[in-house]
Amino acid sequence: MSAAFTLVFVAAGLLFLAAGTAGLLRFPDAATRLHALTKADGLGLGLIVIGLLPQMPGITAALKLLAIWGLVLLAGATIGPLIARHATEREP
Amino acid sequence: MAEALTAAALVALATVALGLLRVIRGPTRADRMMAAQLLGTGGIAVLLLLAVAGGDMAILDVALVLAVLAAFAAAAFVQAARR
Repeated sequence: MSAAFTLVFVAAGLLFLAAGTAGLLRFPDAATRLHALTKADGLGLGLIVIGLLPQMPGITAALKLLAIWGLVLLAGATIGPLIARHATEREP
Repeated sequence: MAEALTAAALVALATVALGLLRVIRGPTRADRMMAAQLLGTGGIAVLLLLAVAGGDMAILDVALVLAVLAAFAAAAFVQAARR
């Protein structure tokens, strides 16, 4: 039961990681690529984390997983505007 | 379960390795930095999957450090590029 749950969520997370990579490769602009990167990566990693939560041996490891996901979300939210500002300022 | 998760880790690695094409193509330096960020996040996903596949929970600490360092690297890039 928990194996099916894990596999379904990990597959969905991999799908969003692939969508993020496709966006990074195919979008026409630096700002749109940044959008694809932060949103799809946060969602893809989040789905993988949710899928792996039932497999954790204890509460400490589960909290560590959630901390990793929170860190990636925070980093994306912080770095996103910084890189966007840099990309649009230096546009030739 | 362990084989499926290891296969998922390989798929994740191949997917974000494709993003490295942006490093070669990317017209601006911001594009190349974004591809490096994708590799960092994908690497975290690969580490998480391998940790559960092998039952080795110490790899979670490596993923945590990678998440922090990726944020630092991006901030350092913006700071250095501003000058």
